[in-house]
Amino acid sequence: MEPIIHIDKLNLYYSSYHALKDVSMDIPEKAITAFIGPSGCGKSTLLRTLNRMNDMISGTRIEGKVQIGGTDIYSEDVHVEALRKQVGMVFQQPNPFPKSIYDNIAYGPRLHGVRNKAELDHIVETSLKQSVLWEEVKNFLKRSALSLSGGQQQRLCIARALAVQPDILLMDEATSALDPISTLKIEELVQELKDKYTIVMVTHNMHQAARISGRTVFFLNGEVVEADDTKTLFSTPQDSRTEDYISGRFG
Amino acid sequence: MIQRKEFDQNLDELRHLLHAMGDHVKEALQGAVEALQTKNIAKAQVIVKRDVELNLMEDQIMEIGSRLIVTQQPVAKDLRRIIVAFKISSDLERMGDLSLDIAKVTLRLEGQDLIKPLVDIPRMAELAGIMIDESLKSYLDENTDLAYKMAQDDDEIDHLYSQITRDLHSYMIAHPDNVQQAMLLILVGRYIERIADHATNIGESAVYLVTGKRPDLNS
Repeated sequence: MEPIIHIDKLNLYYSSYHALKDVSMDIPEKAITAFIGPSGCGKSTLLRTLNRMNDMISGTRIEGKVQIGGTDIYSEDVHVEALRKQVGMVFQQPNPFPKSIYDNIAYGPRLHGVRNKAELDHIVETSLKQSVLWEEVKNFLKRSALSLSGGQQQRLCIARALAVQPDILLMDEATSALDPISTLKIEELVQELKDKYTIVMVTHNMHQAARISGRTVFFLNGEVVEADDTKTLFSTPQDSRTEDYISGRFG
Repeated sequence: MIQRKEFDQNLDELRHLLHAMGDHVKEALQGAVEALQTKNIAKAQVIVKRDVELNLMEDQIMEIGSRLIVTQQPVAKDLRRIIVAFKISSDLERMGDLSLDIAKVTLRLEGQDLIKPLVDIPRMAELAGIMIDESLKSYLDENTDLAYKMAQDDDEIDHLYSQITRDLHSYMIAHPDNVQQAMLLILVGRYIERIADHATNIGESAVYLVTGKRPDLNS
């Protein structure tokens, strides 16, 4: 599979703290890649690097290269807004806007200039169908998004990210605040989305990584210890630190 | 995430049970062949009676292993440790059944004199006993070299079995009036040869445990 993301010797500092150390990797297109590792290992930091969310943290300094679709996303002529349209993100806590279900989805397309009502209707319906929420909300689109359950809110956030037609979807522990059934629904949804989108997920739930990702990267102390096919990494890891982590000997 | 302490204690328990099953099988095989050599009916009966103990230990291994998979969701080598425990306990249980079959031959020959003193069968049983020890040692010590070495012992057992079969075929041609005992002794050779194959399987499981790959040591 073709890599869509190419990371080369990436070093990231939060002021004097060296959070990512010489990270290099290719992330394949239209596949699910999972980042795992103990707290503070750098996995979320790397995820946030992919749509420049770290720009908002003062004192952040980056060395090295992050290319998406061949473009260096940290070059001066890259617009962060355009980048975040291309690289959507879903967070740990569902964060719908205090608006209607419809307006949550239409918000992004409107921001990017879509005004036509029929076109917006189409985007809302398509996005909600893609996130497998349409059947549950199609008769209540004007209701507040805050009236939805946690699991539904998270699927709404996924639909909202999909509404601007991104290439890549970043998921930062997107199911850790959800109950098992909602988690299962999101996992099934992500499996379906991988045919159209590149998905990079950070998860503390190793079994989730094992269940749904095609490739897994194990981080420790800001470094990549091992990156491999998920099946191989969880059955015959090459590095003893990976084996120790996935076997619960630390972390 | 695995609760390491409890998990490791249970893995130790699996190892102890497999070790105990191995000792049991070895004792049953040696006892069965001694009973055959000495026409000791009482000894053969004890072996038949005690086979149930092996089945109980196999059940215990299934119980502990299943519980660990359900409650701890192990991965990588931890998962292989349990899969291998299932596989080895099944091999050992089968080896126990084959030892029991040898004991039953002694019971069927009750009242008959042996057509000749047994030489190759006890030799096969002795080698199979060594293989049982080695197979379990290769598993317990995670020693893949020992597992590969056992494949050579198995070749010697196969050779002895061929020899027994040839000798007894000749005997049957010369003594068509006493085919039954010769047939039963060929079967005993076959049972021991199968026991050795199961020991080789245990060696394969040890290699799988260490490397994650399944070799074929029986070919």
